[in-house]
Amino acid sequence: MLELLAWGDTGWGDELVRGTLMTLAVALCSFALGQVFGGLGATAKLNGGIVTRAIAEVYTTVVRGVPELLVIYLLFFGSSNAVMGIASLFGYTGYIEVNAFTIGVLSVGLISGAYSTEVIRGAIQAVPFGQIEAGRAVGMRRGQIFFRILLPQTLRYALPGLGNVWQLTLKDTALISVTALAELMRSAQIAAGVTRNPFLFYVLAAVLYLVLTSLSTYAFDRAEKHANRGVRRA
Amino acid sequence: MNLSIMWDAVPKLLAGVPVTLQLVSLALLFGFVLAAVIALMRLSGSRIASSFAATYVFVFRGTPLLVQIFLIYYGLGQFPEVRSSIFWVILREPYWCGILALTLNTAAYSSEMIRGGIQSVPPGQIEAARACGYSRFLVFRRIVAPIAMRQALPAYGNEVILMVKASSLASTITLLEITGIARRIISQTFAVFEVFIVAGAIYLVINFLITRLIRYAEWRLTPYLRRPA
Repeated sequence: MLELLAWGDTGWGDELVRGTLMTLAVALCSFALGQVFGGLGATAKLNGGIVTRAIAEVYTTVVRGVPELLVIYLLFFGSSNAVMGIASLFGYTGYIEVNAFTIGVLSVGLISGAYSTEVIRGAIQAVPFGQIEAGRAVGMRRGQIFFRILLPQTLRYALPGLGNVWQLTLKDTALISVTALAELMRSAQIAAGVTRNPFLFYVLAAVLYLVLTSLSTYAFDRAEKHANRGVRRA
Repeated sequence: MNLSIMWDAVPKLLAGVPVTLQLVSLALLFGFVLAAVIALMRLSGSRIASSFAATYVFVFRGTPLLVQIFLIYYGLGQFPEVRSSIFWVILREPYWCGILALTLNTAAYSSEMIRGGIQSVPPGQIEAARACGYSRFLVFRRIVAPIAMRQALPAYGNEVILMVKASSLASTITLLEITGIARRIISQTFAVFEVFIVAGAIYLVINFLITRLIRYAEWRLTPYLRRPA
């Protein structure tokens, strides 16, 4: 069994480790992209006009109500068409392929963003309005109120929810394996197929995912403790 | 946008609805029983039982469902001992493997909701029941179970929706439920957006109906919260 996991050409150890790093890379990029979508979505829902609010509402309802796999298929099969369609407007008619990493980050980021929207919206609403009024009363500008009052507290309130979103995002990256991007799940699939040893490799993949999720639980616990260090508890 | 492809896709995709609903309802049914057992183990006070339950929840919540499905469908079939055992009748069918994986997965999540529900029952009510001479079982049946159910229902509603979405992963082990059929139509017609819209709409309708049902159940279970007419 050990020779199957050897480093280099003979074993699959290095492929699995590389797959884990790829999973981590996809998850981090998707989560970051998700925060951008989430921030925009929450802003649109709280401060937007009718149109932007409706767009944000449709976005979160559809993405949260439709299976993740379907969203990934949409981008996997549809992104080349969409990009080529846009390119043809500028007179380029050749074939364009969007690479699997971009598709993965885009689709998981889209999903992550829909969940983050709700988390961030709730966190912004949790900041007492009196504090914003107080900021105005002492003559703070909008930007100052945002950076000194709203943002630090929103971060603190949003942290537990964002921890959940991160775990979801991390696990959703396994679905990217359908686009043949060599992340952890895909590497395990290839190894399982070549060595005819699926049990071993899927158990290993499960263990590696467990390591990633437990490390992130630990990291978010630490972050929450740090963020709440100034909060008095009854 | 090709409307005729969309129109043709509607009956084909609707044909996948029964499979999706079967996967979800069977997994929820078996999963709920398993979840109740795990929650009771967790709360049993026995160190072995409660650490087993905690490990179970940790493992199934910490790994992607796709890994669990592949481990059950491809992984277990690797061993000749499994293939010659009586379990092979179940484990060789992608349908039952899908249900098994979804069951084990939902049991891990729902057991935590049941545990939270049980723990939210005010101790005073249990004491009151004991003072009235209720037996342990009667306390559970008349006091703990109804209150816990009411408490856990909103969270459980979310779990049902998540299961509808999770059932789409059964398409990766060749099951033709809604997503599996959608994928097949896409690879035949390349009409990505059209098929996505129809399949997505079907899922949204299913999930909408489920949220309505759960909300109705919540309304029925909380008569004391209603305003007198």
